[in-house]
Amino acid sequence: MLPDDAAAAVPRAASASFTAYLGEHHPGLLPTNRTLGPVTASTDASHLAPHATTIVSLTFPGGVLMAGDRRATMGNVIASRHIEKVFPADHFSVLGIAGSAGIGLDLTRLFQVELEHYEKIEATMMSLDGKANRLAAMVRQNLPMAMQGLAVVPLFAGFDTDRHVGRLFSFDVTGGRYEEHEHHSVGSGSVFARGALKKLWSPRLDEASAVRVAVEALYDAADDDSATGGPDTVRGLWPVVYVVDGAGARRIPERDLELVAHAIIGARSSAGREA
Amino acid sequence: MTQQFYVSPEQLMKDRADFARKGIGRGRSVVVMSCRDGIALVAENPSPSLHKLGEIYDRIAFAAVGKYNEFESLRQAGVRYADVRGYSYAREDVTARGLASVYAQSLGAVFTAESKPFEVELVVAEVGRTQNSDHLYRLTFDGSIADETGFVVMGGAADAVVDGLRENWSAELSLPEAVRAAARSLRHDGLATPGAGDPQPSSQPVDPTLLEVAFLERDPDTLRGSRRAFRRIGGPELEHLLEQGEDA
Repeated sequence: MLPDDAAAAVPRAASASFTAYLGEHHPGLLPTNRTLGPVTASTDASHLAPHATTIVSLTFPGGVLMAGDRRATMGNVIASRHIEKVFPADHFSVLGIAGSAGIGLDLTRLFQVELEHYEKIEATMMSLDGKANRLAAMVRQNLPMAMQGLAVVPLFAGFDTDRHVGRLFSFDVTGGRYEEHEHHSVGSGSVFARGALKKLWSPRLDEASAVRVAVEALYDAADDDSATGGPDTVRGLWPVVYVVDGAGARRIPERDLELVAHAIIGARSSAGREA
Repeated sequence: MTQQFYVSPEQLMKDRADFARKGIGRGRSVVVMSCRDGIALVAENPSPSLHKLGEIYDRIAFAAVGKYNEFESLRQAGVRYADVRGYSYAREDVTARGLASVYAQSLGAVFTAESKPFEVELVVAEVGRTQNSDHLYRLTFDGSIADETGFVVMGGAADAVVDGLRENWSAELSLPEAVRAAARSLRHDGLATPGAGDPQPSSQPVDPTLLEVAFLERDPDTLRGSRRAFRRIGGPELEHLLEQGEDA
């Protein structure tokens, strides 16, 4: 059981990463080890799998919030009306995925295990910056797939327990990590959602009004982007909204979101204007 | 010219077992007990950061006595095993039985093949939805594995603690009551109080800074909205919990 060179155990222990361990011992389990073969100009797999769409995130005093619509599309077809694209990553952070849905879900699952694994091995939580860096590394590993049309772009938000503020991070397919301020959105409807957020966000939002702003921004995204789903009053489907504050991450209950969605629809209907 | 002396296998195994037992006997006691609201893990441990109790998975915990470096490497290996399994199959496919059996294989292989056996004793505990489905597996240095019910005590003065605990333990205890019962019986081994020479268990409370306590809660979903049952109890919470017992 003793290593040949006992001192070599020290640098080996530097990484408490689950992904690194999988890569070394079970490489077949890593989602990024699946490739579509050599990249050619004609390789485009983007039409093969569902696409997850819009995620919005915004900060408010004492926390941060993330919301995602419930639609996944394949070309002009709605692949899913029920998909959930915002997930708790650990006790103090959440992530949302836009892009190729299957790869995004795999990445989310791996990232959740990665954070929990670190916490158990080290008996302490990873810092928020550490988590964002790990996620950036995972997104970068997916670059070969992204070149073939299966890109995933997450949005990451969490409560920084040292600074006592909510922070959010966006990523690009090359693993670039960018800290965003106030609010941000990703996905096909993000342009419209961002326009709405610019008008609706204010530095003095409380949690309830932050939820309303997020749902309304998604409503505006769904209004103009066919790949983003609005509140579905027929099936009773509302966006998935998570709030992270000093007490941890928690999901906003469906009935609250139903009231918010109905209030927005009511206000828009009674205004009776084009937009 | 050195000559290899013949040593009978019986003697060899006995020597190794004595060696391992001696190492474990120096360790302070750990109590793992199943009760109404979950499983309580209580260890005598003056260090707040070098843990003897650890989380393995959603409903599985680890407790150990013996050499820190040896059980720590086993704990980390257990976390890796559980996380790989849960990631490649599903979270509910990680069981204490599976983990305990790989631990048994590893301990058994080291005991027979390596130059020195592990000087550790472990408990792998899994909290079930009902008390009947709780599992406590005790693993010893030679890889033997035992499926225990009720409670397990490991460490140097285990017999004295078992005697103390037998009077106090019942399946109907709540988690705080179980911790208080374990803390009271840990006093019997004379290590928890600084005046170790004191023969009879004194009435003074156990110093909470000398205890490491963790719970595996039976229903973490409704209690905390988390699927992870393991929770460390420390600082003011532990002090409060131990004080409550003194009033009663």
